[in-house]
Amino acid sequence: MQLPHPCGPVSRRVVDCLSRPAFATPEVALGDGPALGDRDLQLALWTLYELSYRGFDDVDPRREWDIGLIALRSQIEDRVESELRAATRQRVTAALAREDDIAALVLALVQQDDAPSLSSYLRRTATREQMQDFLRERSVQQLKESDPQAFLVPRLSGAAKVALAELQYDEFGAGQPERLHQSMYARTLAAAGLDHSYGAYVNDVSALSLASANLMSMLALHRRLVFAGAGHFAAFEASSSVPSRRIAAGLERVGLAEAADYFHEHVEADAVHEQVAARDLCGPLVQEHPSAFGEIVFGVACALHLDALSSAELLARWGVLPETGVTDEVAS
Amino acid sequence: MTASVRVQSCPRGPLLVRGAEVVLDDEGVAHDVRRPVVALCTCGMSARKPWCDATHKSIPDDAR
Repeated sequence: MQLPHPCGPVSRRVVDCLSRPAFATPEVALGDGPALGDRDLQLALWTLYELSYRGFDDVDPRREWDIGLIALRSQIEDRVESELRAATRQRVTAALAREDDIAALVLALVQQDDAPSLSSYLRRTATREQMQDFLRERSVQQLKESDPQAFLVPRLSGAAKVALAELQYDEFGAGQPERLHQSMYARTLAAAGLDHSYGAYVNDVSALSLASANLMSMLALHRRLVFAGAGHFAAFEASSSVPSRRIAAGLERVGLAEAADYFHEHVEADAVHEQVAARDLCGPLVQEHPSAFGEIVFGVACALHLDALSSAELLARWGVLPETGVTDEVAS
Repeated sequence: MTASVRVQSCPRGPLLVRGAEVVLDDEGVAHDVRRPVVALCTCGMSARKPWCDATHKSIPDDAR
């Protein structure tokens, strides 16, 4: 993969540093605006994280541990985390006041979420071009589906580790290379006439699409955020089965039936995964570490927040009024 | 075949089954298990029986 095209001073600095062989001290002002919707910041962060996944052509793999770049990454991450803590505070406080056990709470929070339904629009109304737009935007996270969460495994122990490994085994094809979910997504892109190579659309997707992918990396690459990472993963799985059914129907409606395979697989897979993630991953975590409760809920709230922002963004781009109204968090 | 099959009931949700190789549906049709754990529909509303497709979520609590 080639380094991305910079889109502002921060991503420019990162790409410049990585284009030179020497380790770097990339001093650059980050500004103080919102971070999640800042494409320059999110692209810089995505590029820095990618050093820990597939890397870039002509960039020395040792740059993954370039201390100057890691310092910059931490600065951006601090901004992102503060913004997420603030944006989810109300939702987390309200959730913690309930008396549900963690599994019931995770599933209920996702089910009771009132964000605009992107998948309902995709099922009933979206044009072929809008479907392609959606697939393209999601590609930056789905082409490395479950890769971030693999970093969570060594940070867990006991029953929670067993549950995450069980989920990951399924995500990574359950012993069948052709069922590897990220490869299935690549086939979906190809079937929809899109470029399926890794990172193909990093220069095209929105700040929020990059932010959604980056959030998973941030929660997975920091051991202190492991519980939030588990909560995010559980919420992500729990908000997939029903939407996947709608998206598959939408793809078939616009004549992209071959692109629907991935989503059909996720109807069934995620009906399993949401239960396992909520009950067998989050459940034991709270039993073993009572303090994990709040962080798991924070992770759930982060997933819902980003999903709401991304859905609202695409619906607004396509000139569609949200069906269920925009939540306060989306509006803020 | 000595492997044991484990079944876990999810409140207001499916049965999680681990260790099975085949699931027989109501008509006796065999469905191969291709995952480490599968979820079986218990609400009767799934469009992919015997597998759960999360349709149970759209059934109001008082209609169960």
